[in-house]
Amino acid sequence: MTTTTALDARWAAVLAGLSRGWIETRQNLTETVNIISHVLPPAVYVAVLLLTHAKATPGTGAAVVAMMLPGFLSMSIVFGGLWGPTGGITADREDGTLLRAKATPNGMLGYLVGKIVMFTLTTLLSLMVIVIPGVMIVDGLVLEVRTWLLLALVFVVGMVSTVPLGVALGSLMRSSMQALLVPLTCMLLIFVSGIFFPITVLPTWLQSLAQAFPIYWVGLGVRSAILPPEMVGAEIGQPWGTVEMFVVLGVWAALGLLLAPILLRRMARRQSGSALARTRERVMAKGY
Amino acid sequence: MSPSTETAAITLDVRDLRMRYGPKDVLAGVTFSAKRGEVLALLGPNGAGKTTTIEILEGFRARSAGEVSVLGIDPARGNEAWRARIGVVLQSWRDHKFWRVRELLVYLGRFYAPFATAEVPRPWDVDELIDVVGLSEKANAKILTLSGGQRRRLDVAIGIVGRPEIVFFDEPTAGFDPHARRDFHDLIHRLTDFEHATILMTTHDLDEAEKIADRILVLDEGRIVADGSAEQLARELTTAAEVHWTSGGRRHVHAARGSDPTDFVRDLLVTNSDVTEIEVRRASLEETYMALVRRAESAQKKPEVQA
Repeated sequence: MTTTTALDARWAAVLAGLSRGWIETRQNLTETVNIISHVLPPAVYVAVLLLTHAKATPGTGAAVVAMMLPGFLSMSIVFGGLWGPTGGITADREDGTLLRAKATPNGMLGYLVGKIVMFTLTTLLSLMVIVIPGVMIVDGLVLEVRTWLLLALVFVVGMVSTVPLGVALGSLMRSSMQALLVPLTCMLLIFVSGIFFPITVLPTWLQSLAQAFPIYWVGLGVRSAILPPEMVGAEIGQPWGTVEMFVVLGVWAALGLLLAPILLRRMARRQSGSALARTRERVMAKGY
Repeated sequence: MSPSTETAAITLDVRDLRMRYGPKDVLAGVTFSAKRGEVLALLGPNGAGKTTTIEILEGFRARSAGEVSVLGIDPARGNEAWRARIGVVLQSWRDHKFWRVRELLVYLGRFYAPFATAEVPRPWDVDELIDVVGLSEKANAKILTLSGGQRRRLDVAIGIVGRPEIVFFDEPTAGFDPHARRDFHDLIHRLTDFEHATILMTTHDLDEAEKIADRILVLDEGRIVADGSAEQLARELTTAAEVHWTSGGRRHVHAARGSDPTDFVRDLLVTNSDVTEIEVRRASLEETYMALVRRAESAQKKPEVQA
């Protein structure tokens, strides 16, 4: 097997993964419960925006509202990418989906690409629910072609850098209780990442810590896309660190794409065919 | 032809395979090999080590000791190109239940396309494959609506969608009705006759092993206790033969120790002129195998009684 064919095979797996993501998105969106879970939280964010906007005074008040819209957008991206995938991994392990991927050449790569596509598309739905009313409510935003291009780019890079990480975290979780650690950690990181208030009010060491994680950079990217240039004053570095943002998110994406298949393969190894049979017996006996 | 034609025909080679979980030896030195196009049945009672053996060969499980070669490669180090030549059908899949039959086969087939060669076009044409396993009417059905037997046939289709050169089936016909079972046997013959695939299947059903396997390996307590065709096995596993005859109006029985009762019968006919209704009986392979299964089952029950 030459290197070219090995590369061809990986490319075929990526393409298969894209189709997998589309199929799973369709399946996901035929369930009413799923649609509600994609639409309800952003609807609440919009309601909060509306209420805050109604009470806001011109000046500082308006700036707070303007900060909230990119905050909600970044939060949705990060939650969609990190928390979204953790839940399904355990189920995919127990029903044999991961083992099937392992039995298929480059199957794990296809599985991972499928997850990225599915969570990107379902998160896009949530973002639409926020963005469309959001730009009408909030004053003083910059809405140019550049805004939408940059926003789209930050969104896609944000998803590619967080979904593999979410999958990797999910594969490490042994129980649903442990899986709750992921949203908790997300909340803490969101708090210190300057998502809802300027990060510069925090101590420097906390600022440095936050900058190590993708959440800060997704937030920065979204703000740089839609906030007016004068609001850069609330940031750590000036001007907006767009290049740094793409570099850091790119590193996280590469790390996740490299790490996640290894962890998934290891996890599938623990779940051999005989273990699968035992799980089925347990499910048949107890119902879970 | 390459100088190694003889060895190239060996697609599966297992030497002194051992597997130990804590103090227990699940496999205590298993040795066998298979040639291209051969159908091997790994027969044995539950707990004999069949699934462990097959999972090691599939590369899903690390072994404790021994040499294993599948298509010339150690499964513990098999890469994706090796993976593309292997077909796997495990005991209990429940995956992809919201997918449709055809959709899933098309998706999985795509991974094999880059591994097509001049001799082996990959993947299998999906509609033809669906037809071969008898799921044409269910091609667009959601997988969770399939019956147990249909789901099993889908598993078989998925296992061979990449036109594997070697296929591992773990209890493939569990839950099949007699009709589905016969269809499966036809499929196995098709895989070996037209695709020249090597097949290793586990089963605890002797009847099935006799019907489709070229060779049967009987696994008991982590060891191969017999290896051969059904006829060879009958000779190897069954030792005692009984000679029954009538002489002077009375029925006689002689249990022949040793494998061949011919000499005893010859002597009997020469020395005794009024022998009638002579009959040589041998414990059938089935009787011998059932005795083995019963022994394995009672051995498994013991620890539970103590507990």
